Amino acid sequence: MATTKPADIPNVSKDELLGYYRDMLLIRRFEEKAGQLYGMGLIGGFCHLYIGQEAVVVGLEAAAKEGDKRVTSYRDHGHMLACGMDAKGVMAELTGREGGYSKGKGGSMHMFSREKHFYGGHGIVGAQVPIGAGLSFADKYLGNDNVTFSYFGDGAANQGQVYETYNMAQLWDLPVVFVIENNQYAMGMSVKRSTKSPSYWERGVAYGIAGEAVDGMDVLAVKAAGEKAVAHCRAGKGPYILEVNTYRYRGHSMSDPAKYRTRDEVEKMRSEKDAIEHVRELLVQGGHATDDDLKAIDKEIKAVVNESAEFAKESPEPDVSELWTDIYA
Amino acid sequence: MATQVLMPALSPTMEEGTLAKWLVKEGDTVTSGMVMAEIETDKATMEFEAVDEGIMGKILIAEGTSGVKVNTPIAVLVEEGESADDVEAPAEEKAPEGEKAEAKSDAAHMDKPAVTSPAAPVAGKRDVSPDWPEGTKMKTMTVREALREAMAEEMRGNDKVFVMGEEVGEYEGAYKITQGLLDEFGPKRVVDTPITEHGFAGLAVGAAFGGLNPVVEFMTFNFAMQAMDQIVNSAAKTLYMSGGQMGCPIVFRGPNGAAARVGAQHSQDYSAWYAHIPGLKVVIPYSAADAKGLLKQAIRDPNPVIFLENEIMYGRSFEVPDVDDFTIPFGKARIWREGKDVTIVSFGIGMTYALEAADKLAEEGIEAEVIDLRTLRPIDYETVLESVRKTNRCVTVEEGFPVGSIGNHISATIMQQAFDYLDAPVINLTGKDVPMPYAANLEKLALVTTAEVIEAVKSVCYR
Ligand SMILES: Cc1ncc(C[n+]2csc(CCOP(=O)(O)OP(=O)(O)O)c2C)c(N)n1
Ligand SMILES: [Mg+2]
Repeated sequence: MATTKPADIPNVSKDELLGYYRDMLLIRRFEEKAGQLYGMGLIGGFCHLYIGQEAVVVGLEAAAKEGDKRVTSYRDHGHMLACGMDAKGVMAELTGREGGYSKGKGGSMHMFSREKHFYGGHGIVGAQVPIGAGLSFADKYLGNDNVTFSYFGDGAANQGQVYETYNMAQLWDLPVVFVIENNQYAMGMSVKRSTKSPSYWERGVAYGIAGEAVDGMDVLAVKAAGEKAVAHCRAGKGPYILEVNTYRYRGHSMSDPAKYRTRDEVEKMRSEKDAIEHVRELLVQGGHATDDDLKAIDKEIKAVVNESAEFAKESPEPDVSELWTDIYA
Repeated sequence: MATQVLMPALSPTMEEGTLAKWLVKEGDTVTSGMVMAEIETDKATMEFEAVDEGIMGKILIAEGTSGVKVNTPIAVLVEEGESADDVEAPAEEKAPEGEKAEAKSDAAHMDKPAVTSPAAPVAGKRDVSPDWPEGTKMKTMTVREALREAMAEEMRGNDKVFVMGEEVGEYEGAYKITQGLLDEFGPKRVVDTPITEHGFAGLAVGAAFGGLNPVVEFMTFNFAMQAMDQIVNSAAKTLYMSGGQMGCPIVFRGPNGAAARVGAQHSQDYSAWYAHIPGLKVVIPYSAADAKGLLKQAIRDPNPVIFLENEIMYGRSFEVPDVDDFTIPFGKARIWREGKDVTIVSFGIGMTYALEAADKLAEEGIEAEVIDLRTLRPIDYETVLESVRKTNRCVTVEEGFPVGSIGNHISATIMQQAFDYLDAPVINLTGKDVPMPYAANLEKLALVTTAEVIEAVKSVCYR
């Protein structure tokens, strides 16, 4: 179990801690429910769960302000919930229904919300990285001080377009935080088997980009690093790279037999490093919440998730006329 | 001897320009490399350097003149003691005869029938030999097993053949096509790559130039778009660009087309894209026997071959000849079913709908001839044409988008080669002209269906 005591953590209020707990728990319960609906045949195709990685998005959203943007890969449910998108709309997209964020036309991997500044949901590994830089280019061009979080995986970090983007982002001082969610695996390919260089963030050094590695199972550490990165970007100093070390508990997608790692390895992470347990402990040890308080939160979250599932089942399939809409503006 | 200085072309597309300024005047000595004038093109002002040496005898075009055609004499250089007047005034240029002739030859090119393109097999000759001798022992296997066997056999037979791609080794392939290959051939010949399609496709092209025979697996062809430049610009064109010196014996393979419920970025049929490119060969098997025979052929082919598989077909079983060595030549369509009333042309998973429809149509007394093209480059036009000359009607079936489809190309060929035989316009069935939706009901509507094939056949039969 993580050993950070509440006393060691400056500037975190009880309310903030409770907020992180709630947000992370929502993602976890939501994903568990999605897994269940997948098993029932209500969700089809590829469905990539975020379980285990919750502290990454929740910590970074804590460092964001209104107007900041985010873009990520197909493993996007957590990002959407963390930036305030509605669980009902996300779940209904997973079931391919009219009430989904993309009217059922995008699916698990492709959702967007202009209102919440969430720019997808991208299926092609690495493609979201230059797009994130482009969003920050627009902000800089428009003269506001917004920042973009461009999330990608350890596997994506080997795509060539990432490095083309690094160069441009630094050349033009773009306010983009490159967030490498290093969950140690790209499908079945462990980091050790795909790359020789020991750390991903250090690759930015070659381009002159500042960065650091951070414990992605500790939401407070992620938040602190996020604040630093965001301040760097807002100050006009250009991009920042955060390599967030995390772990996915489930398979790559629902169809992954996950034979490339041992059960023990997963269990060890779950029992020793779990991000939600960590915050729960801080809350209880710090006397901020009783077991009963936390149980009440669990119940509340469960209700939100169940409601989203009900909505996702009951929302009708899109009208057949939708086949022909949204192809051109 | 006096030398004419001609208006230079300062860019590949420049036809005329403005002589902005002379930097030498008559009587000046000109040395090679000296800037004589400034010339404005539509894009920039360029300095014009002297190549020849001499004395500026006469300036023929005054500075400030615009619309000076390339190759017009603009000045005359003379030697010591010579006078510019010794040089004859240039004759007024006549409109070149060549222009009209050129336009004509263009038109002639358009008239050229498609069957004479390099994509075609030997024109007019149909290979009607059976794919395997009658009485050959057969065994049942899935498309997946057939592909795996083809690779394993070719790897056993040629140690230059190796497999490369994402998750092909330890994971045994995202769709298990490479199962067992790492065990048998080891990591030298079954190479797991990082997620770097553009990089490893280019690297494999280099390996092919270097004497190896790579088989590159794309986890799906959707991701080959990352590598499109290497496939088209490097693999397909280098033989031509090197005047025949440097071929690229490589196979790019993987699942193509729509799987199920995986949305717009993971569901696309690239048949027509690759078939567009001279220098590539394009193979798209339907049955397990074809998957095996064509993949073995592809690995032996000295050219870059795009081998389009289909995830939904991987688990389907077919009869495959149980023989030691078995290949199927490119450019030889297969007639799956003979019929006199209508020709249905398809390939890949489209064959599923074509054959299903033919069964149902037979119950209603319409006998369809069903042709599987099997390869899209080269295409076996002759088998299609011969069939259409018999049935006088044709429907094409494919999963890709309608604009610029393989069906469009087949229709054009039929129109050019068998126009008088047609009793109805050819109908091209394709996927709908929309990105693939995720919702189950919309996805069904986006794909081509058996019902649509039946309806189209009835329509061309006026039934
Ligand atoms: C260009 C491209 N190549 C391959 C794939 C197939 N694919 C989907 S996810 C994935 C692994 C990506 O791993 P990583 O970037 O670490 O992200 P994670 O799934 O761990 O979040 C692969 C190979 C793809 N979607 N796009
Ligand atoms: Mg990863």
